[in-house]
Parts: sequence; structure tokens; C-alpha cells
Amino acid sequence: MSFGTALNRALELISGKGGVGHWWAQRLTAIALIPLGLWLIFSFARLDNFDYLAVTGWTRSPINSILLIFVVITISYHSQLGLKVIIEDYMHIASLKKASLVFSNFLHVGLIAVGIYSIVRVAFSVPL
Amino acid sequence: MTKAQRPLSPHLQVYRWQITMILSTFHRGTGVMLSLGLLILVYWLLAIAGGLDRYEQARAFLGSDWFKLPLVGWTFCFFFHLCNGIRHLAWDTGRGLEIHQYHASGWAVIVVTLIATMGYGILVIF
Repeated sequence: MSFGTALNRALELISGKGGVGHWWAQRLTAIALIPLGLWLIFSFARLDNFDYLAVTGWTRSPINSILLIFVVITISYHSQLGLKVIIEDYMHIASLKKASLVFSNFLHVGLIAVGIYSIVRVAFSVPL
Repeated sequence: MTKAQRPLSPHLQVYRWQITMILSTFHRGTGVMLSLGLLILVYWLLAIAGGLDRYEQARAFLGSDWFKLPLVGWTFCFFFHLCNGIRHLAWDTGRGLEIHQYHASGWAVIVVTLIATMGYGILVIF
């Protein structure tokens, strides 16, 4: 039994959630990830045996550093949006749903932070 | 207000399995797998930043024989999510919404995904 006003009870029955912003962000990140994703995996294919010098040399190049930062931000954003929908659809316990969403958001922001830190650290490091 | 305990739709058990629902499920499934892949990507970047020793530790793990299977899996997930994602973007513009088009584009996604995954595998090996 809820002790809210009649208006509050009515509002519980309709979707008061935003959706347009999410929809657009999902599409824009999806479009951006077509070239960025292909660039990433074909770069992997060309990295010679994932040798340390080859990998740091590749990461350090300005264009690759910048594209990698784009990739980390865009994938994280897209991933957060996608997992949000999945959590909302399949997690039926309200408190657990909220906790999962908060955890997912923190995790993705954390991944962006760690990713950018790592790329920048390599980009500004002195070659061996 | 008490909520009636009605079953939630869709009732999967009463449907015959069709390509449309399988691909829709796969899109979510591959998306979740790619989110896991993002964790590996960031771990790899952190390892590069950590210097030679840290990187070699990560490479021993990510480059090990048993890890080849997950990598093939991620390649498949990437190409599937990419192809089916483009299919979704086409629908968003109002294209390809007839039933026969759903089926045709669905099969196209499967074929292109398999070819791209194998092609990428060949590119990496040779």
C-alpha cells in the first residue's frame, strides 16, 4: 500500500522515464562504432605478434592515441546504454535493479578513466 | 495499489523458434559479451601503460592457447553485433520492415558474420 497522493499513485502507472535521449545516444554511438570498431580490430590484426615494442609504438602514435581515447569513451557509453536496457528488462527486483544500474554506471565511468589514463601514459612516455 | 500477478509477455514457450527472435536474442547476448570484451580491452591498455614486465604478464594470459577460443568468440560477437546493428539502424530509418525483408536481412547477417569471422581469422593467422 502506497501512502502517496493520488497524483503520485497515478504517476506510478505511466512511464515517467526519459527515452528519447537514450535512443539517440544509442544510435549515435552505434554509428560512430562502425568505423571505430573496424579500425580497432584491423589494427589488432596488424600488430606484429603483440610484441611490446610494436604495441607501445602503435599506441604512442598521436592519431592512434586519439582514436583509442575515442574508442574507449564510445564503447563504454554504448555498453552502458545497452546494459541499462538489459538490466531494466530482466531485473525484476526494484532495489537490485537500482543497485545494478548504479554499479554499471560507476564501472563504465571507471573504465573510461582507466582507459584514458593508460593511453595518455603511453602516449607521453619516452620510447625505450 | 496491488499488482495482479499476471504472467509477463512474451510467453516464449508457445512460440515456434524463428530467425527473427533468435537474432534479436543474439544481439543482446553478443552485446553483453562485447561489454566483457571492453573489460579485457581496458585491462590490456592498463598493462601496456604498466611497462614491459606488466605487459608480458598480460600477454602470457591473453596470448595463451586456452584464451584463443574466447578471442574467436569475441570476433564472432563483434561481427554479428556490427552486422545486426546496421540492420537495426536501417529499420530506424523505416527501411526493410516487411516480413520477407526481415528474413532476408537476417540470413544476410548470419552469412556475412560467418564469412567476416573466418576472413578475419585467416588475416590474423597469415
